[in-house]
Amino acid sequence: MNLTLDIWRQKNTDTKGAFKTYAISNISEDMSFLEMLDVLNEQLVEKGEDPVHFDHDCREGICGSCNLFINGRAHGPNIKTAACQLHMRSFSDGDNITIEPWRASAFPVIKDLVVNRGAFDRIIQAGGYVSVNTGGVPDANEIPISKVKADQAFDSATCIACGACVAACKNASAMLFVSAKVSQLALLPQGQVERKTRVERMVAQMDAEGFGACTNTGACSIECPVGISQDNIARMNREYYSAKAKSDNLE
Amino acid sequence: MLLNSKIPEGPLTDKWTKHKFNIKLVNPANKRKYDIIVVGTGLAGASASASLAELGYNVKAFCFHDSPRRAHSIAAQGGINAAKNYQNDGDSVFRLFYDTIKGGDYRSREANVYRLAQVSVNIIDQCVAQGVPFAREYGGLLANRSFGGAQVSRTFYARGQTGQQLLLGAYSALSRQVANGKVQIFPRTEMLDLVKIDGKARGIVTRNLITGKIESHSAHAVILATGGYGNVFFLSTNAMGSNTTAAWRAHKRGALFANPCFTQIHPTCIPVSGDHQSKLTLMSESLRNDGRVWVPKAKGDKRKAKDIPDNERDYFLERKYPSFGNLVPRDVASRNAKEACDEGRGVGPTGLAVYLDFRDAIQRDGKNTIEAKYGNLFEMYEKITGQNPYEMPMMIYPAIHYTMGGLWVDYNLMTNIPGLYATGECNFSDHGANRLGASALMQGLADGYFVISYTIGDYLASIPIERINNDHPAFKEAEANVAGIITKLLIIKGTRTVDSFHKELGKVMWDYCGMARNAKGLKFAKEKIREIRAEFWNNVNVVGENEELNQTLEKALRVSDFLELGELMIDDALNREESCGGHFREEYQTEEGEAKRDDENFSYVAAWEYTGDNQPEALHKEALEFENVKLTQRSYK
Repeated sequence: MNLTLDIWRQKNTDTKGAFKTYAISNISEDMSFLEMLDVLNEQLVEKGEDPVHFDHDCREGICGSCNLFINGRAHGPNIKTAACQLHMRSFSDGDNITIEPWRASAFPVIKDLVVNRGAFDRIIQAGGYVSVNTGGVPDANEIPISKVKADQAFDSATCIACGACVAACKNASAMLFVSAKVSQLALLPQGQVERKTRVERMVAQMDAEGFGACTNTGACSIECPVGISQDNIARMNREYYSAKAKSDNLE
Repeated sequence: MLLNSKIPEGPLTDKWTKHKFNIKLVNPANKRKYDIIVVGTGLAGASASASLAELGYNVKAFCFHDSPRRAHSIAAQGGINAAKNYQNDGDSVFRLFYDTIKGGDYRSREANVYRLAQVSVNIIDQCVAQGVPFAREYGGLLANRSFGGAQVSRTFYARGQTGQQLLLGAYSALSRQVANGKVQIFPRTEMLDLVKIDGKARGIVTRNLITGKIESHSAHAVILATGGYGNVFFLSTNAMGSNTTAAWRAHKRGALFANPCFTQIHPTCIPVSGDHQSKLTLMSESLRNDGRVWVPKAKGDKRKAKDIPDNERDYFLERKYPSFGNLVPRDVASRNAKEACDEGRGVGPTGLAVYLDFRDAIQRDGKNTIEAKYGNLFEMYEKITGQNPYEMPMMIYPAIHYTMGGLWVDYNLMTNIPGLYATGECNFSDHGANRLGASALMQGLADGYFVISYTIGDYLASIPIERINNDHPAFKEAEANVAGIITKLLIIKGTRTVDSFHKELGKVMWDYCGMARNAKGLKFAKEKIREIRAEFWNNVNVVGENEELNQTLEKALRVSDFLELGELMIDDALNREESCGGHFREEYQTEEGEAKRDDENFSYVAAWEYTGDNQPEALHKEALEFENVKLTQRSYK
């Protein structure tokens, strides 16, 4: 198939970017979307031009590196599919495809389609863990956990931190990302000791990073490549307010 | 050079316990005076960084990703082994040890593998305490499944995303130490050289991938946890960025590279669909618990799978290996799939695929049960191929997946360069000539959580506590070396892309140093690689400049190292005139076509020493001694 691509090009964080149009031909429907960009980049390098920079690594939908906003949707047209797992059979000959980076002030553009998602790491550092050191822990089967709870915690824990939720949200809110980690640990017995301080600290860091507020639109969950449920946000709100309502809260 | 593996004296079962007592300790107040560099933040790196920081050391952790959580450990699917014997099916530390030694075709060290089996039980405890959501039974206890090369169920798992959950556990422990100020993380930073002072590893030189700045970092010890080198084949199940550069640059500074030709071909990957292919996707080995592998009995049978009746199907693994069936080790399963395709019985448009069929399992257990076990893998398969595996069998073909070879290390995981350690897939130590499924995650976490945290203290206690400034001439020399390589690449401005060289190298490696090797092919490949390397340095086109995010330059640096490593792999494969595990030399096979070892002449670790550009490497041998297992022809029949 033959396609027209409108791709956001930006030299670095301090330079203003713009769309540039590229025509590309002979694309097979078995190619992945990123392989289609590989073909474009090979052609650009052959002409001595700088290739389109984008983050990618595992190309299996699990590392969370890839972050393309395709035709106005995070990770493109298919639900529960990261951009690296999107294949060209989802497009038709003659299509015009617009590719942009995530747009959020907390995710500054580094170059072209590459953005800085360091804010997510800092939110986890604020409290997204159980404070246990290596060694000296009980036997694994001394902590029985109901299968239902374990499965729920697993579903929350599958977040790949790609940032699609932020990119899809009109407020650039990070609530889905933060609530997934808060939920995982709030559901498990191991997370109980730090349950209140964790949610307080993570929410405070999220606000400090400049993410927007949640207005329960739900775009985050629809566009999430691993299908993290909006229920997590409801659970985090409950966790947060009950932590704040206690007399021993942080602030 | 005398290779001293430093394996402790005494009975196998007591070695690690005694060693832990005998090695030196650093007192708690002094730990804060030592700096440790950890390169890589996958399972081995993140677990080491977190554990060492908890002890009080100052850790600097480096990764080329934008976040430590993206290391390729995240993509491991099936599970992690541990000798818990929760299933009451006869498992024990000794059995896990035995299975691993045998699975590796008797080319690994007894003492290392036994220690791995011992600490495997602690890993599960640690991960559960961190909140890793492993699969559970309704009673609330942990669930297990079986994996290739074992007859017990000892694999712990988190649906098909075990690597993700374990890495996020290690990443959370790491993040906690960042918050505590004990770990400093350097994302988007790539190690490009090792710095030695007075023969000891004292730091690294890195390139900041956003600004291009070349920087020096000094420390008392350096740990490389940088993964494997499977991407030398271009097409592999590794992530696009996985590379050998850190390990290779350390090799060029004197670290020995052991058994480089031991590469693992994984039998269950999605077949190649065309020239555009950028990587291959693994379908977890756990699928072989319920999926049956077959090809048509007749050559060139082009009927649809469901139209081929049972009596015209050849379930070749069940036929040839009745006791292990579809769960034979990876090397055996891969070779048999290749054999079937070479005979002209392969399926799919290219003829380079075999079926992995769930029809019988779905009939037996129902679609819901199969979906609960493998749902995400089936979904992934459908996304990539556009075919529904509930209705038609999957098509699979072997692909490069893991590298058992790596930097040579002693029992303490220290390379032959004092102060330089290698952990996880980056070292060679535990898997011999073939790794069993669910053992990579086990080794990465064993090394990081439970081995290096003890053994590094023994070294640190023996060196002066004073820090070395990174303006020492050795750092300046290494910085100049790195800058020189980068400049050399940027000024060539030839006519071919980096990828075109990488693909050409990969094809040579796959064709002549892949699933089957022979002397004639290897010799041809060696010449070919030299030609490709010479052309690379004359005709590659690296666009852009150093002082910016430049993914072309990043790739060029990595490919330049693969072009050197590839030749060493060929040399090692040529030298090893036997077949063992994943290394199958066509000249050396049993009458039944199985790998034929030569224990008399090749029961050693081949450790190679770099002697200069385009010079033949020097071979050093570490003899493998087996006191607790009897070397036999592996049989899975």
